[in-house]
Amino acid sequence: MKVCPEGLYVEPGGFYVDPLRPVERAVVTHGHSDHARPGHAHVLATAGTLAIMRQRLGEGAGATTQTLDYGDAIRIGDVTVRLVPAGHVLGSAQVVLEHAGTRVVVSGDYKRRFDRTCAPFEPVPCDVFITEATFGLPVFRHPPDLGEIDKLLHSLSIFPERSHVVGAYALGKCQRVISLLRAAGYDRPIYLHGALEPICKLYEGFGVPLGELRPATVAAKEELKGALVLAPPGAVADRWARRLTDPVVAMASGWMRVRQRARQRGVELPLVISDHADWDELVQTLDEVAAPEVWVTHGREEALVHHATQRGIRARALALVGFEEEGA
Amino acid sequence: MRNFSALIDGLVFMPARNGKIRLLADFFATTPDPDRGWALAALTESLVFHEAKPAAIRQLVATRVDPELFALSYDYVGDLAETVALIWPERPERANSLPPSMTEVVETLRAAKRGQVMGLVEGWLDTLDSSGRFALLKLITGSLRVGVSARLAKTALAEWGKVDLGDLEECWHGLTPPYADLFAWLEGKSDRPAAGKGAGFRPLMLSHPLEEEDMAGLDPADYAAEWKWDGIRVQLAARGGERRIYSRTGDDVSGAFPDIADHMTFDAVLDGELLVARDEGAIAPFNDLQQRLNRKTVTAAMLKEFPAWVRLYDILFDGEEDLRGLPFTERRARLERWHDAVRPRRMDLSPLVPFEGWEALKGLREGSRENSIEGLMLKRKDSVYVAGRPKGPWFKWKRGALTLDTVLMYAQRGHGKRSSYYSDFTFGVWRGEELVPVGKAYFGFTDAELVELDRWVRNRTTRRYGPVREVEPGLVLEVAFDSVHPSNRHKSGLAMRFPRVHRIRWDKPAAEADRLETLQAMVMG
Ligand SMILES: [Zn+2]
Ligand SMILES: [Zn+2]
Repeated sequence: MKVCPEGLYVEPGGFYVDPLRPVERAVVTHGHSDHARPGHAHVLATAGTLAIMRQRLGEGAGATTQTLDYGDAIRIGDVTVRLVPAGHVLGSAQVVLEHAGTRVVVSGDYKRRFDRTCAPFEPVPCDVFITEATFGLPVFRHPPDLGEIDKLLHSLSIFPERSHVVGAYALGKCQRVISLLRAAGYDRPIYLHGALEPICKLYEGFGVPLGELRPATVAAKEELKGALVLAPPGAVADRWARRLTDPVVAMASGWMRVRQRARQRGVELPLVISDHADWDELVQTLDEVAAPEVWVTHGREEALVHHATQRGIRARALALVGFEEEGA
Repeated sequence: MRNFSALIDGLVFMPARNGKIRLLADFFATTPDPDRGWALAALTESLVFHEAKPAAIRQLVATRVDPELFALSYDYVGDLAETVALIWPERPERANSLPPSMTEVVETLRAAKRGQVMGLVEGWLDTLDSSGRFALLKLITGSLRVGVSARLAKTALAEWGKVDLGDLEECWHGLTPPYADLFAWLEGKSDRPAAGKGAGFRPLMLSHPLEEEDMAGLDPADYAAEWKWDGIRVQLAARGGERRIYSRTGDDVSGAFPDIADHMTFDAVLDGELLVARDEGAIAPFNDLQQRLNRKTVTAAMLKEFPAWVRLYDILFDGEEDLRGLPFTERRARLERWHDAVRPRRMDLSPLVPFEGWEALKGLREGSRENSIEGLMLKRKDSVYVAGRPKGPWFKWKRGALTLDTVLMYAQRGHGKRSSYYSDFTFGVWRGEELVPVGKAYFGFTDAELVELDRWVRNRTTRRYGPVREVEPGLVLEVAFDSVHPSNRHKSGLAMRFPRVHRIRWDKPAAEADRLETLQAMVMG
């Protein structure tokens, strides 16, 4: 296992995990664009991830693709490969690698809390745990999701004439927010920016119910008063949002935990809803997988490395570049 | 604390004044007594207790969190209260340790000795959630800073209770936290609380700027004219042995002007202009008055160098008698009679300016080149004294040069010997409920004022971008400029020529600064 410019390379198997540049053989953890890049010759992933890649990348999803279901094992070169749910978005997986009696787990992006739109994270004890650390600072502790949804519903009751536009990433966050709203009993139609519609359809195809969704773009201005509208984060502050009357701008992201950061983005209603592990979950996961060695791929690795070292774990930061914060 | 911390969170993110009012109204409607009253007291800075110092809070958090992890986090977050609120370890919920109510927090703090404060805070931090911890830490460090002035809180109360703001102001100074009688009145369960017997603030009557086109419809015979003095508006209230000097927003500034308060040995409520005058009635430039503003106390040297003076132009109460229902001419006669009888030191009367027709008055206005005169005031002879800014009875008619009341938005460090000061100021005006920047100025103030401005900027910073600080919208800068032109390089679509700070309006609420439309109307054809 080594780190190359193309990404994380599994030498005895001759393949990469989430490579940043086109390669011969890739194993992809999940469909976010910083992990699932176009142009690989052969791609191995879950059915969910492959469906997402085909929808987003078309031909670029891979010259040949191969589905591996959660839990099934496959041999590539000298390595046994398994995919295990990561609880991040639909189809997201950890990659479990076994070679010469050593087990390495690449977490990809993950979270630990309940999410009805994807399979829950399963901790796999291992010798080396390669983890993300997007929210690797102890100030990041995501509050209960339904409490955040309550904030949104409360704001709708105080400002019933204003539309509420929620910035949410197209893959994962959007469907999670909708599903949480439904769980909280919100049964009115939810309006979507055009960029969010295809992935919602795909989720429904995988058996995730989202209730009545309508395109925001064709809706009458009057209809959007007091309505809930979901849009990609970039569109919220953009010309696109002008169709809405005096909207309350909300944003669903783990970054919203820090007030200054939320204010910088002009957010009036920050919703701390994240698809990544928070600090406590990162720490809990290190305990559960009990790996004597931990590598941190991307995020705020300094604090997590410090924490792991204090616990007697050999830890190092890989400082992989190229991973952004999509889906945070 | 839950409702209060949710309110604080909402206010932190709410830029619009109307939005803040809605959040406050919702809070008052859904929070029981006396929690809401204590919250109101916290928002209007009417609570007194031993505050906690930032160093003590850092010490406390060091007992719970790895110092390295804290340092990395503080570095990332930037604000101490927020870092501690977010990083404080959560305890599993225990049935016997419910989070404290607002009332419990405030009553305990008020009764606590200095040495007990941090112990209390530690116990509360263990039971609150992160929003609650943030609100608590802001509260105990005495810096809520959520953009709610006393004025805004009162406006929200009046709107929510569907009462007149002037009515509320009238009784405000008779009230004490947690304001049970106020809330009972606002909920229609009792009559309005009695106006304070003492020297409470009576809301001021304000004027509109006179537009040239207004004049055609006005009969000069209906109006009396006075000079508009270049000072700050004050109300002198001396009732039942109490003496108070109030700014136009009702802030008590008595402590800063003992040289006036000492001579308020009468029983009356008066309206006038605070000025600096060295010899009897010889008014000094506004700059001199600036030296006396924005301080809580004053030194003997300042009293000697910049002695205060009040030029009176109205009387609201003469003893117990409320004169506000009388027309202007009658109040004026009462004021003159009262002044003749009492002869208070360090005060005189603002004379009436006799005139024949608007043209003649215009000439008088342009001819008045005295430094202490800003222009003219026109007051309808039959106008009764009412709170607020009714259109018609009172007009102000400023002279000459273009000026605009703007709100300070950003400050940047200067260069050379000013490099340790925030001395370059970006100011804006209101467009709807937002501020839009309209220009930058870096002179027009004295070195002493720069020190004050710099301190204000540091205390009111809401965000930093390198050398630039964004500040809360709370300081009005009266900006003078030669002309204004359309420009597509500026977000406001306008560019000022030669803007400079004309004066710093420490006394003026930001919400009363000018609007973009006013500046647009100044563009030369
Ligand atoms: Zn991801
Ligand atoms: Zn990622």
